Amino acid sequence: MPTFVRTDKCDGCKGQDKTACMYICHHDLMKLDKDGSETGHAMKAWNQEPEQCWECYSCVKICPQQAIECRHYADVVPLGGSVQPLRGTDSIMWTIKFRNGNIKRFKFPIRTTAEGSIKPYEGKPKADASKLDAIEFFTPNCIHACDRSQLVNG
Amino acid sequence: MAEGTFGNPQVVEEEVDILIIGGGMAACGAAFEIMRWNESAGLKIKLVDKAALDRSGAVAQGLSAINTYCGEHDPADYVRYVRNDLMGIIREDLVYDVGRHVDDSVHHFEEWGLPVWKQPGDEGKKLTEGGKPVRSGKWQIMINGESYKWIVAEAAKKALGMENIQERIFIVRLVTDKNDPNRVAGAAGFSVRENKLFIYKFKACLLVCGGAVNVFRPRSVGEGTGRAWYPVWNAGSTYAMAAECGAELTMMENRFVPARFKDGYGPVGAWFLLFKAKVMNGAGEDYNAINGHLIKDEKRFGKYGQGVPGTCLRNHIMLNEMREGRGPILMDTPTALANLAKNMTPKEVQHLLAEAWEDFLDMTIGQCGIWAGENIEPDKRPSEIMPTEPYLLGSHSGCAGIWVSGPTDVGAPKEWSWGYRSMTTVKGLFTAGDGVGASGHKFSSGSHAEGRIAAKAMVKFALDNKNWKPEMSRTTQELVDEIYRPVKTFLEHKDYTTAIDVNPNYITPKMLQFRLQKIMDEYCAGVSTYYQTNTKMLEICEQKLEMLKEDSLKMRAKDLHELLRAWENYHRILAAEAHMKHIQFRQETRYPGFYYRMDYNFIDDANWKVFVNSKYDRNTKKWELKKVPYVQLVK
Repeated sequence: MPTFVRTDKCDGCKGQDKTACMYICHHDLMKLDKDGSETGHAMKAWNQEPEQCWECYSCVKICPQQAIECRHYADVVPLGGSVQPLRGTDSIMWTIKFRNGNIKRFKFPIRTTAEGSIKPYEGKPKADASKLDAIEFFTPNCIHACDRSQLVNG
Repeated sequence: MAEGTFGNPQVVEEEVDILIIGGGMAACGAAFEIMRWNESAGLKIKLVDKAALDRSGAVAQGLSAINTYCGEHDPADYVRYVRNDLMGIIREDLVYDVGRHVDDSVHHFEEWGLPVWKQPGDEGKKLTEGGKPVRSGKWQIMINGESYKWIVAEAAKKALGMENIQERIFIVRLVTDKNDPNRVAGAAGFSVRENKLFIYKFKACLLVCGGAVNVFRPRSVGEGTGRAWYPVWNAGSTYAMAAECGAELTMMENRFVPARFKDGYGPVGAWFLLFKAKVMNGAGEDYNAINGHLIKDEKRFGKYGQGVPGTCLRNHIMLNEMREGRGPILMDTPTALANLAKNMTPKEVQHLLAEAWEDFLDMTIGQCGIWAGENIEPDKRPSEIMPTEPYLLGSHSGCAGIWVSGPTDVGAPKEWSWGYRSMTTVKGLFTAGDGVGASGHKFSSGSHAEGRIAAKAMVKFALDNKNWKPEMSRTTQELVDEIYRPVKTFLEHKDYTTAIDVNPNYITPKMLQFRLQKIMDEYCAGVSTYYQTNTKMLEICEQKLEMLKEDSLKMRAKDLHELLRAWENYHRILAAEAHMKHIQFRQETRYPGFYYRMDYNFIDDANWKVFVNSKYDRNTKKWELKKVPYVQLVK
């Protein structure tokens, strides 16, 4: 299900410091066509290798203009359906449109804390350099209770 | 320094103490753990990733469950489960170590903001406060996991600091030390955004670049090629780079062939475990009830079919139906939902249906696309199940990977530990997650924990070698020439023909990948032979792979994107070759349902209840294989 970019919505992330879809795609599929020489649409992004698209929707979810959608693989799926998310900071909304016109909508939570709020070491002890050889992480109570009688050489 | 050009990249050289190569769960775990220890150690640590940390690795899309959380169970019990599923041969020291560490990582995920489902009455109560999770199996817990990776990456980025992270750098080659061929001294790669080539020197590195996908011809070969079950960008880089550096691999004959919803490869776990759905054959029969006895044949399957069957044996029963012409295999979703609805209000039923859809939307959105396109609503129509093309991995339900040093306190043979936990047989080279062999079923959480375990050991290694200076066995120019060879090849020959893709002087990375997939599919037990191979087929496979490896030197790259693909596919060839050599060496069928050695179509515990380890010589291009005794550590 390769993603595609709508010409009427994509603004090439002109106002941002980087092109969001290019930044996020793990497989280096999204590309900004700066001068229009590759697509005929200058300053718009495109999926340069659709048959390598994992349909992970990372670009769809991150696009600030909601300019990216998916057209399900032409070699597998009948036309007409669509699956489109709207990802917020604490939840994601999905609209699933079936080929026959039926529509389902879902909303799911995605995180319980504010984006950017993680303080990984706050309230955690410092690592004790003398314990570098021990099995414990730096975090307290990190080892699961173990019934060593279950080991052959316990 | 002069700005690089496509034909002549700028070379950037840097020395650090520890380099983390990769950005998935293991890398993020390592980043979180290592910087706390580094507060007193003061080492220079850097992470390089070919993608962007927020969504890189196998958890990129999200997950609907965390598959390893011990909770109320003992780590020894976890070892028994993994041992059973992987047909008796695992490194129990490694699995036990993951088991006793993994819950701490899960507790951190929840603290950082990952929504973990709780039992009624325990909503809002964290796992660490005694909140009871919703289990979808003995070891799995359900989550709202769309942002799982995003959250874990945020913690890793904050710990490491963005100044120590470089994204869009694809490391393609490890370099051994000039004075010690069994020691890693550096790594080289390139930017996929700029004409720059990067060479790092270091004391230690963590090689965590995932498993191997698209080594075999996938069932969908058009646009659907990208819809691999495991992430399509996992190119076997971990195995290939480790092998070429001289590290011993283990259990590379193992593979995973997940049975999933057809074409979209949506997860079936929640349907089996949470919704209690059953599968049936094309005639509507419960074929497991009718033909489940097949795996009780002790001559063929030993004792492995007697208890809870491993995943491969369940595949075997399914494949038998398909081979006998009784397909398609169908997941009876309507009956399952109807049964559950018997004791529920309509509102509860709606909620349950939403959960079923979320299972896909959290981790395999493409499956929803197929259901939407085909008008499939699970409460009304069953869906097809199909075993996929084979995958090589070490963190999910497979155990291919690298042989690493284990913990010393669980009774393992002393030769399974050589000083630094998670170090491979190459000094200074560490791995975790998909990289660690003979230790499957750690999944996302276990990979994170394993990254943390390795991180600590790397700090110790770097401190113990504080005054050691890495010296590369290869010159900068040699590395530049090798890494940018596909570019040079293209520029030199591109004007010989009028059609850019058809040229006798080079092969496109895409066609090379097709050739690899065709060879592996047809000769090394891919889907087209129903996962069957034999000595003669493997011999042909071996010859064809050797020629393919020779031709890989003629890959072209017309831009940086294609240079990325060229090196990914080179790594795939090495991973494929290791897989083939291991299957060839192991003269039995250890994983029926994943692959069949038709000339040794039985499990042979008397001769083969052993690890198979291999070592590759980069100069002679030869593999050496050997048996390593399995030792049981958990009763």
